[in-house]
Amino acid sequence: MTDLDALARRLRAELGPDQVITDRQELRTYECDGLAHYRVVPAIVALPHTAAQTAAVVKACVEARVPFVARGSGTGLSGGALPHADGVLIVTAQMRRILGVAPEDERAVVEPGVINLQVTRAATPHGYYYAPDPSSQQICSIGGNVAENSGGAHCLKYGFTTNHVTGLQFVAPDGNLVRIGGRAEDPPGYDLLGAFVGSEGTLGIATEVTVRLTRLPESVRTLLAAFPGVDQAGAATSAIIAAGVVPAAIEMMDALAIEAAEAAVACGYPAGAGAVLIVELDGPAAEVAAQFDQVTALCEQSGAFEIRIAADDAERALFWKGRKSAFAAVGRISPDYIVQDGVIPRTALPQVLRKIDDLAAENGVRVANVFHAGDGNLHPLVLFDDGVPGEAERAEATSGAIIDLCIEYGGSITGEHGVGADKAKYMPRMFGDDDLDTMQLLRCAFDPDGLANPGKIFPTPRLCGERPGRHRAADAFPDAEVF
Amino acid sequence: MGALDELTRPATDDDHVGGVPARLVASPASTAEAAALIADAGDVTVVVRGAGTKIHWGPPPDRLDLIIDTTRLNGVVEHAAGDLITVIRAGTPLADLSLGDQQLVLEGPTGATVGGTVATNTSGPLRLHYGTVRDLLIGITVVRPDGKVARSGGKVVKNVAGYDLGKLFTGSYGTLGLITECAFRLHPLAVSRLYVRTTAPASAVAAVLGAQVVPSALEIDSASGELAVLLEGTATGVRERASVVEKLIGGEISEEAPAWWGVAPWSADGIGMKLSVPKSRVPALTESGFPVRGSAGTGVLYAAPRDITEVERLRALCVTAGGHAVVLTAPPPIRDILDMWGPVPGLVLMRRIKEQFDPGRRFAPGRFVGGI
Repeated sequence: MTDLDALARRLRAELGPDQVITDRQELRTYECDGLAHYRVVPAIVALPHTAAQTAAVVKACVEARVPFVARGSGTGLSGGALPHADGVLIVTAQMRRILGVAPEDERAVVEPGVINLQVTRAATPHGYYYAPDPSSQQICSIGGNVAENSGGAHCLKYGFTTNHVTGLQFVAPDGNLVRIGGRAEDPPGYDLLGAFVGSEGTLGIATEVTVRLTRLPESVRTLLAAFPGVDQAGAATSAIIAAGVVPAAIEMMDALAIEAAEAAVACGYPAGAGAVLIVELDGPAAEVAAQFDQVTALCEQSGAFEIRIAADDAERALFWKGRKSAFAAVGRISPDYIVQDGVIPRTALPQVLRKIDDLAAENGVRVANVFHAGDGNLHPLVLFDDGVPGEAERAEATSGAIIDLCIEYGGSITGEHGVGADKAKYMPRMFGDDDLDTMQLLRCAFDPDGLANPGKIFPTPRLCGERPGRHRAADAFPDAEVF
Repeated sequence: MGALDELTRPATDDDHVGGVPARLVASPASTAEAAALIADAGDVTVVVRGAGTKIHWGPPPDRLDLIIDTTRLNGVVEHAAGDLITVIRAGTPLADLSLGDQQLVLEGPTGATVGGTVATNTSGPLRLHYGTVRDLLIGITVVRPDGKVARSGGKVVKNVAGYDLGKLFTGSYGTLGLITECAFRLHPLAVSRLYVRTTAPASAVAAVLGAQVVPSALEIDSASGELAVLLEGTATGVRERASVVEKLIGGEISEEAPAWWGVAPWSADGIGMKLSVPKSRVPALTESGFPVRGSAGTGVLYAAPRDITEVERLRALCVTAGGHAVVLTAPPPIRDILDMWGPVPGLVLMRRIKEQFDPGRRFAPGRFVGGI
């Protein structure tokens, strides 16, 4: 019997036979997350139902020195939940109870498998909602959101997952359950919440999450503005921000993205648009009314040739339908595509878009642009046909060059999809050796054996206990070498 | 001669931390200079000091050789107004920032520096709407205790590349290294602002939070029995929202904040406490008989207990309510026998973080939770 067989047997004994998968066919269900071109079949899948079971799985992994990877709904786009071939994939989807909704504290307490949108649905009867809204909110889980620090269209105004988590219970990589924060703010000590949220499963597995609930706005108004091209739409975005308006969202799509969305969901955007902006304002009715007029005027002054104002929720939903379905929609106009996620300072938008156009032309591929214009978060979709020899490579090269552009303009290699397995190789382009080494000090504090989601985020793992470079500080305290 | 000798001067009588005298003081003028200094500092024990407005907070260090004074790490490196971000050197006083029609919503004592505000994670009334340091800090440059320079985050608000070390350094009291530069997101300055001031009971807090008026601040001062709500926005919008609040909880609309607004309730030589409870427990806390003041809208309030018994009773109230209570400052005889930080969940992991960053316990030893 191999060590993994022994581990599977132990897990079956601790969790129950139906919560542990080792059948090769069944395991294949879990071979990838939302980034489907990376596939690894895990050795074992464990489906814990409770925090205690999750801790038991991690403990068993630690004792067997087997790596483990956490997975929620598996919608991640950077391969963060890509399994380890000799490891255990711990799926948190079975932990899906909403443990409490406390409008009086403006908090909800949920298990990690709870779907993002369910939190809002549970809170809405009380007049509240959960603000972070990734496009996958109908299927993505809160545990995954915590791991990835998920954003969404409305994080321009409301922030990301990290700004909305006030408490966590998690299984640390040593198998111990840790509880930090809660319904009250500013827990004393190091900000472990801040460290954990967005750590992509490398610092442990969340088993219970306390989130902020946000009061539903009194008024929401949405407009769709059509422009001749992305330059004018970009200028409108800059003008809105410069006017001191903080919209709930400003989203942009270029002509190719619009074409795809029309083909997929017939969203009926204005014909002939080279770019559309969706601008949403929310808040007190009196404020929204005043700012909405201002935004409309700024769009017109920047060259919008048609502005539609959503008359009701149905029309608002239609505006958003085109945008939220854009990723999948490009499948209608291209057999294959790469979804990129990069960030630039919003003022660099026109230059960067021109350079992306140039890159696409040079490489002979098409790029559809969909982005959160308000915060400079680009989602270029690089279209290609895998059936045409060399096209996949050219698409990959284009996508990588776009990331270099983001770095060149002072931005980031990922705004919301995470580093995961996909972008670890880009980390040294954005950060120096000492930066990455310092981040891994945190990793070593949580996971000295490197068993929690190894190979993600960092291209080169740090050997914990090893202190690179000068040894002077450590020499003075020889016990520091012993970890 | 090494950087340590070049950059330091002998300490004076003023160069002490909680009564523990330093031997040396250095005022590096750049990240590179600070890195050279720290790399050369060997087993020297360090406390970082900005303007010194909170240097008496927290327990005194177990030992102290060198104070690194950040006041020469001064100035705004970049203000990209169109991108609503700024990069600022750590020693820059908050009051010196001039950002046009934009604001960096950090709050601290008069004279406080950017770095000190981040290191101690202070906040004020505006936290209700704008959040705290952790919500505004988007990038950080630090010098590690071994002299290596590291940065995380960046200059864009939306960014999930790598660990968020800025959050780890926020509120770390100088125990993980020296913060030299910070990047922040900015907010537009509101065109108009009005206060609604009332003597409604603390139960009115729930009514304001339940209304859809989006207050920027909701403060309470139980000693005077006053509650004050700040509304910011367009001129028309603010007037309308203020009258909604006025109808809801009574009182009067004013352009002026009450005198106690954002002012710590303790005296210079008194005990100062930070209390945090779930929002629904704010009324109970204000009716506990202890005067409290602060952000009723977020459940973060301050108190000036008179003695250790009162500290313990306040802490018990907060902990029972699902919160926590920290003594920020206390006069020496009390400080020496008091558990300033109280119970801290997650302490095992925190000790391991400290061990990784500062294995020699050279940065602010003993100043932080659990004796870190």
